[in-house]
Amino acid sequence: MSDTGHSIEEIKKHVRVYMFVFASLAVLTVVTVVVGYLELPFAPALIVALLIATVKAGLVAAYFMHLVSEEQIVRWLVWLSLGLLLAMFAILSVYYVDQGGTEIFGF
Amino acid sequence: MQIPFTVAPRPDTGVNNAKLGVWLFLASEVMLFGGLFSAYIFLRIGAPEWPGMVGGHAYERASDILNVPLATLNTMVLIGSSVTMVMSWASLAMQRFDRYRLYMGATIALGFVFLVVKAFEYGEKFSHGYLPAENNFLAIYFVLTGLHGLHVIGGILVNMYFMWPGARMWKTDPKRFTNRIEIAGLYWHFVDLVWIFLFPTIYLL
Repeated sequence: MSDTGHSIEEIKKHVRVYMFVFASLAVLTVVTVVVGYLELPFAPALIVALLIATVKAGLVAAYFMHLVSEEQIVRWLVWLSLGLLLAMFAILSVYYVDQGGTEIFGF
Repeated sequence: MQIPFTVAPRPDTGVNNAKLGVWLFLASEVMLFGGLFSAYIFLRIGAPEWPGMVGGHAYERASDILNVPLATLNTMVLIGSSVTMVMSWASLAMQRFDRYRLYMGATIALGFVFLVVKAFEYGEKFSHGYLPAENNFLAIYFVLTGLHGLHVIGGILVNMYFMWPGARMWKTDPKRFTNRIEIAGLYWHFVDLVWIFLFPTIYLL
């Protein structure tokens, strides 16, 4: 056993996963740039870009930050922060619409 | 006095205090960058054109002003540094301090490469007189990438500490040192994660 509570063999398996994640991140970055150069209309471009970014962020969080094998409290903390983030976006959106769209930037 | 639960998990949380502490910090960072991202979104929705007038020209795409190849290179650099960071932790977990040194050195070097590329990018903008005061697009571009750059600098400083003076702990308390590298890694991966969203939203859309 190593000092982390994982056996050396387990760590070696992790390393193989890290290399696979690295390759996936590199490929997805290239895909993002290629899609960017296609000059798609804004809505599909936005959806594709955010979808790829979310997959990449998920890979980093799950494997490099060990969220797949992390304790429940840490995963709850992550979900809580993402929930608060969405709540902030929602509240600002409601305020934006309530203020009549672009007019709030008129001053 | 010994700080409790630096390595051993607390019975009530199931994780050690250092890990819970850094995750709480990262949760606050989500809100910090999230607030600025929402500022970006609403500035953009509210703007009649984006990026709009810069240096007397009307631009329709951010990629016409920003240097996408350089930003792509920086994305690869940061992803690479995330891999070397996690490998430095894995090396310690496999009792290979020599490899740890190698991977941590690479992480620090890649962090500097990111900053140098960023400096070139900023220099290019400044030479054209594209300053934050020019318009909302450049203002939010400099704020978001500038704040992210400050986080990279902070991460490099922490990693340099663990590369040199802090590495002495490997001889006295290897378990705690390995844990410290994992904690520093969580922060470094978060900085990478922020860039993963910054790159497409600012440069490509």
